[in-house]
Amino acid sequence: MNDTDSFFSYLLVFLALLALLAATVVVARVDVGRLNLALGLGIAFTKALLIVLFFMHLRHARRLTWVAAAAGLFWLAILFLLTLSDVLTRVWTPAVGG
Amino acid sequence: MNERPAALGHPYDDLEQQRDAATMGMWLFLATEVLFFGALFVGYTVYRIAYPQGFSEASRHLDATLGAVNTGLLLTSSFFMALAVWAAGRRRRRLVLLFLLLTMFLGLGFLGIKGFEWYQEFRQNLVPLPGLTFEAGGDFPQQSELFFNFYFIMTGLHAVHLLIGVLLVGFFAVLVWRRTRIGEAFIMQLELLGLYWHFVDVVWIFLFPLLYLLGGT
Repeated sequence: MNDTDSFFSYLLVFLALLALLAATVVVARVDVGRLNLALGLGIAFTKALLIVLFFMHLRHARRLTWVAAAAGLFWLAILFLLTLSDVLTRVWTPAVGG
Repeated sequence: MNERPAALGHPYDDLEQQRDAATMGMWLFLATEVLFFGALFVGYTVYRIAYPQGFSEASRHLDATLGAVNTGLLLTSSFFMALAVWAAGRRRRRLVLLFLLLTMFLGLGFLGIKGFEWYQEFRQNLVPLPGLTFEAGGDFPQQSELFFNFYFIMTGLHAVHLLIGVLLVGFFAVLVWRRTRIGEAFIMQLELLGLYWHFVDVVWIFLFPLLYLLGGT
């Protein structure tokens, strides 16, 4: 069984990746405040998604492989959510007498 | 019983089942790698939230152009790696060799530029190691030092992963060069190596905007 994509589709994905790289560099030079981070990370996620789906063939992979791939993302999400739910909500009070 | 293909390992019924198992195993390994790097990313996030100005100030010391060039090199290397797997599936031995060598040289180019950047940072006293002077200047030198701690550990760990990838790609190139034909087992192994290579690329895709681009204008 060989279910890799065609040469042409790899080329298209590659060109899209280069376009996204150009976009991320341009966006970083324009100051749009907090949006800069969101745009930068949004473009990074899009690039990662293209690579994972096409270059890493997850598009054609079995459900079980999807589960394995999603597991990494799932635990990473827990790591971020639980850590940030603490960091972003904690109020630091100075110690008494300190 | 039918004759078993030479590439078929013990517990599997057929090559497809073996391939599915190997692919899933590799993805499980990559999931552990996601968490390995994830711990550093979450640490970076926490301190970036705590010291936004210091991190932004420190980030301006980095050369965003070199970072962008390196991102381009890695994206191109991933493209060639995907083509190497594509060519292997079509038993095009010479093409596989060509694409593997291109992948390897782009990877080496990335490491060369990264090494040059580290050397520049060393010369500008931006390496936070005991025994070296750290002089970032600016309003938040201590926060800059923390940023550079994250920068060196994250890019260093990434470079180690890439170096392992380059060595493996070189090893596979030698295998292709010495063999006369491409077998089923080799195609499967090359696919797994490709997964690793693309993963290392994906890590850099997140490192680049987080480390290089947060300085703004």
